Amino acid sequence: MMAGGRGLGRRFLRLYLPLGFFLVAMLFPFYWMAITSIKPNRELYNPRIMPLIVHQPVLTHYVDLLDQTNFLAWTYNTMLVAVVTTVVSLVLGAMMAYPLARTNFPGAGIVAIGVAATYLVPQPLLFIPMSDIINRLDLGNTLSAVMLTYPTLLIPFCAWLLMGYFKSVPRELEEAARIDGASRFQAMLRIVLPLCTPGLLSAGIFAFTLAQNEFLYALIFLTKSDVRTVPVGAITELIRGDVFYWGQLMAAALLGSVPVAVIYSFFVDYYVAGLTAGSVKS
Amino acid sequence: MAVGPASVVGPARLAGRTTRRRGVLEREGVFSWLMLAPGVAFLLAFVAYPFFYGISLSLQDRRVASPGVFVGLANFVTLAQDPIFWQVTRNTFVYTTVATLLKILGGLAMALVINQHFRGRNLARAFLLLPFIVPTVLSTVAWMWILDPTFSVINWTLRHTGLVTQTFSWLGNATLAMVSIIVVNTWRGVPFYGITLLAGLQTISPDLYEAAAIDGASLTQRFWYITLPVLKPVLIIVTMFSVIFTFSDFQLPYVLTHGGPANATHLFATWAFDIGMSAGQLGMGAAVALAMLPALSLLIVALTLYLRRE
Repeated sequence: MMAGGRGLGRRFLRLYLPLGFFLVAMLFPFYWMAITSIKPNRELYNPRIMPLIVHQPVLTHYVDLLDQTNFLAWTYNTMLVAVVTTVVSLVLGAMMAYPLARTNFPGAGIVAIGVAATYLVPQPLLFIPMSDIINRLDLGNTLSAVMLTYPTLLIPFCAWLLMGYFKSVPRELEEAARIDGASRFQAMLRIVLPLCTPGLLSAGIFAFTLAQNEFLYALIFLTKSDVRTVPVGAITELIRGDVFYWGQLMAAALLGSVPVAVIYSFFVDYYVAGLTAGSVKS
Repeated sequence: MAVGPASVVGPARLAGRTTRRRGVLEREGVFSWLMLAPGVAFLLAFVAYPFFYGISLSLQDRRVASPGVFVGLANFVTLAQDPIFWQVTRNTFVYTTVATLLKILGGLAMALVINQHFRGRNLARAFLLLPFIVPTVLSTVAWMWILDPTFSVINWTLRHTGLVTQTFSWLGNATLAMVSIIVVNTWRGVPFYGITLLAGLQTISPDLYEAAAIDGASLTQRFWYITLPVLKPVLIIVTMFSVIFTFSDFQLPYVLTHGGPANATHLFATWAFDIGMSAGQLGMGAAVALAMLPALSLLIVALTLYLRRE
């Protein structure tokens, strides 16, 4: 009995206490986002009221957000851009990954290094020349501007991740298909791709969250309200000079996070696989 | 397969041609390059070209909506004489170093905690990763409110628990503002380290620990001589990766402090944005962004080679 008690104490110190700390630290900002979005202004801006809970929840900030801003348009833009760029990046990334993983051809080494290097080039290195290029192409304030530029961030990642999955499919399967008369393209489409569905899901879900997260290009290219994405819209229109519309900001932040969080919750394992694929040798 | 009478010449010749064309497509090199072409063209047009165009911009006095004038290295000379440039350089290195150390320690601790057996482990893992998947700008907005000068919940808690009587201006004081952006960056990055390191931990066979325990190795010894060596390759990749993106961070400081107060939290990326976009000096802005290149290229080359080696 005593040993059991001591074991429990140790388990508390080694597991429950730090786990509780991490959970509170990681999730508190989301709790804060949620309760701020349903507090009436008289609670929000009264330092004498205990702020950790909501005393009289209201939905005015949500109503105002949907009523007075283009939030629905921003959400539509964000989703449209994220879906289009994810699909484009998956297709082009898979097309790059396949030959790199499965065939020998002159120039393969250079392309592989190029893919890895472009994957690591951070956006802030490119955004100023990119803004000028988009201006010259006359694409300012169009969703095409971000749909063209986001895949540059996502294709290298998708290609890199899928290379690993493609390499894991036994060559014999593909060779058997080709002996039966399938072309290289058919063998890829019918044999290898279906076997790599988990890889495609991982790359897709990862690309989708990255596209939702993008801010810099959207901030520069999209300056008209009706073409903005959620992050840019929230930052530029719910903060006007020194005036912060905190309730609406939090409502926008929460609603803007929901699509990513929901999709993530369905595919957590694939997301984690994508996250760790690059760094953990299996 | 039944073949038609010999008089049907047309289809046979056609079939011959398609096999030949298919023959070309089946050649390894042709097939490979056809598959690569769209992606490579995309990356050349929107990564390689802007990169070199940025270098050419940095050598010009170029303002928005007016033609550029070649000025050689004048932009870089101006920067080298600007004390703000050196302050920004220092800020970026402080931010990257401190945040990275905190993320390594926090991530390691998080991985060790979740690696224990308990009910709801997968659920806990899913929740702990949330800061990393929610769009940065949106979670940073929540942090802005947490750190608000008047209504900060941290200040309220500190005052009401009687720990301190003064209120902190988290984003208004130079040092505290740097602390704040480091804390928020760490908050967002720890789960990334934690979950990837956890995957590394799970590759360690329990037998190894048992054998070490039988040989009388203490908990600390087991950590130093088993856990850490196994984690090393993962830790190196994750750290280099995260250093690249912390060093060039834009979203978080832009939203939280805008580089203020008085440039105390400006990083290369946010300062380049202010000069290149807000002030419209494209040439000078491009030069500021390129100032990141020496450190970044070292990291990128190192990590590319490391990844290729695998």
